[in-house]
Amino acid sequence: MSARLPMHHDRASTTMKVIDSYLSSFEPVNGSVPAWLTTLRRNAMRRFADQGFPSTRLEDWKYTDVAPIAKLPFRLARALPERVAREVVEAASFGAGGRLVFVNGRYLPELSSTDALPAGARVTSLGRVLAHEPELVEAHLARYANAGHGFTALNTAFIQDGAVAYLPQRAVVPEPIHLLFISQPAGEPVVSHPRILIVAGDDSQAVVVETYVGSGVGAYFTNAVTEIVLGANADIAHYKLQCESEQAFHVATTEARQGAGSRLRSYAVSLGGALVRSDINTLLDAEGCECSLDGLYMLAGTQHVDHHTSIDHRQPRCTSRELYKGVLDGKSSGVFNGKVYVRPHAQQSDAGQVNKNLLLSDDATIDTKPQLEIFANDVKCSHGATIGRLDDEALFYLRSRGIDAAAARSLLIAAFANELIGRMQAAPVRAQLERLVWSRFHGTAPVEAST
Amino acid sequence: MSNQPILQIHNLHATVGGAEILRGIDLTVQRGEVHAIMGPNGSGKSTLAHVLAGREGYEITAGTVRYLGQDLLALSPEERARAGIFLAFQYPVEIPGVSNSYFLRTALNAVRKHRGLEPIDAMDFLALLDEKMTFVEMDPALVKRSVNDGFSGGEKKRNEVLQMAVLEPTLAILDETDSGLDIDALRVVAAAVNRLRNADHAVVVVTHYQRLLNYLVPDIVHVLLNGRIVRSGTKELALELEDTGYAGLETHVGAAAYAS
Repeated sequence: MSARLPMHHDRASTTMKVIDSYLSSFEPVNGSVPAWLTTLRRNAMRRFADQGFPSTRLEDWKYTDVAPIAKLPFRLARALPERVAREVVEAASFGAGGRLVFVNGRYLPELSSTDALPAGARVTSLGRVLAHEPELVEAHLARYANAGHGFTALNTAFIQDGAVAYLPQRAVVPEPIHLLFISQPAGEPVVSHPRILIVAGDDSQAVVVETYVGSGVGAYFTNAVTEIVLGANADIAHYKLQCESEQAFHVATTEARQGAGSRLRSYAVSLGGALVRSDINTLLDAEGCECSLDGLYMLAGTQHVDHHTSIDHRQPRCTSRELYKGVLDGKSSGVFNGKVYVRPHAQQSDAGQVNKNLLLSDDATIDTKPQLEIFANDVKCSHGATIGRLDDEALFYLRSRGIDAAAARSLLIAAFANELIGRMQAAPVRAQLERLVWSRFHGTAPVEAST
Repeated sequence: MSNQPILQIHNLHATVGGAEILRGIDLTVQRGEVHAIMGPNGSGKSTLAHVLAGREGYEITAGTVRYLGQDLLALSPEERARAGIFLAFQYPVEIPGVSNSYFLRTALNAVRKHRGLEPIDAMDFLALLDEKMTFVEMDPALVKRSVNDGFSGGEKKRNEVLQMAVLEPTLAILDETDSGLDIDALRVVAAAVNRLRNADHAVVVVTHYQRLLNYLVPDIVHVLLNGRIVRSGTKELALELEDTGYAGLETHVGAAAYAS
């Protein structure tokens, strides 16, 4: 790496101009914003100005060059589009549960609906909370995602709207809470910085689904940050369905902090986007936590999708499981980097991590790096990664029973993805994903999961 | 229905990676017949079965194969299957993530479509599956699991026979389906084959041992050696082989005239 030439002058100066444009669109002071938030945003902007966009010289960004994002002068969407295609909303919805809809980062109450919630629980827009009851989020907002890369700082600097799910002790929300983020570029590249905060009190339970979709033509940039804090024995399922349009740039960070005996189930699905980076990090910060981080990416064309995850076993007797699976076609490229830390104090940790990849073409590539760093001595840890192709024997077997070659390929691809989809417990999400996965490759009829 | 043979193989030569495995096979299978093809390891039995099913990786260097009068070698594996050819695999493939019942229904519907029939109704399919599973004495739990995934050797073979019973092929080719099976399982295989034993179907059983033939009496037995059929005869030939082994037949190599 030391032999790498310094960044080309022109590119560096273009990037500086873009950073300047972000700085100039920064308006931290607004009558209704509490002082603590202004300080938070100012500090974040300062951090972004220091760090800038990450370069490929950083180990964590080695395989993902964000130059296309750094080069484009994205504008914050000022006004809402005049019309939002209802079919986009309907296509991304799955019926049950409440739904908050955001367009270009701004909450749209007329397209949203809320389900009945347990006493004291809130599912609403961050903008409303900041305007009317900022004390609800003051103790949590930007307390977990407060380090990391420049994109997170940029999001914090532009905190304006997004979603809040606030669950008091023992609150149980049975139906999924759906957060739908639609980007609709209008003639010029737009950027949005959705911010999501999930506060799960002790013994609370909920399922939160974030969906990202694009409507219309043109480049745009979604820069999302989600923070999840789980109290003792809280149980949160978090789904992130990234179905952005072909020209989209998508960077998202999810930071979770887990209390004693809590359970986090994370599912990250990446189907869309031109250049995508998704970070999911969880800190097992008390005894007896459980987490499962599952991911599925299905790429084609020239898509580049990078998943970074981190599971930090900081306290004893926590269990973590991770399964990320990728299907890559065309000239697409994928990155998986999964870090599992087991700190000296975290005895009897149980960690298992697997990344499996299916390459459908000679030009598709995957860089996979499972990483275990263990500092305790009484632990059970395993990790592994595989890269393979469709099994010729299986293809011949299916064809020898009358199933045509294209359908046999689809069936095997779906079977590969089904292992992951089958782990999702939210039935409506699972059904939607089975459809999406099928339409992603060949658009054949859905297949029932085997188990 | 004509008197046209189901299968006519003439002077078939096939190579794998430059090595000639089939060196002039001649074989005619008529409607209603059960043929056994026997021979030692490496004689070309499995290659013949795979070439008939359309597996890639074999080069046909000479000869013709006609199935119901049409050029079989011009068809893809799926076209052959839809036209009524079924290969029971020696080593059935495990396909995690695809349920056995979904696989069977998809295969059956592909065959039905070719025959101009509507896709089978879900309830009718379950009833059919139930009947066939009882017939092959298969644990019903196995159809809900992924195809052959974690099945024992015997369960995999039963699953092949189940597929054959569901698809009711015109020409069934059993590639060492008997290997590794106990007596009960052998009886099931034989019963399934005997069910297909009528004027509309034919069966080619590829086997190393004559054990299966105690339950499944073939009309004609062929001995394959070094890529050629060196002897053909009645079921007594299988018994003779049991006594003398294949070694005694080495001298017959080149005497392929017997086979025609």
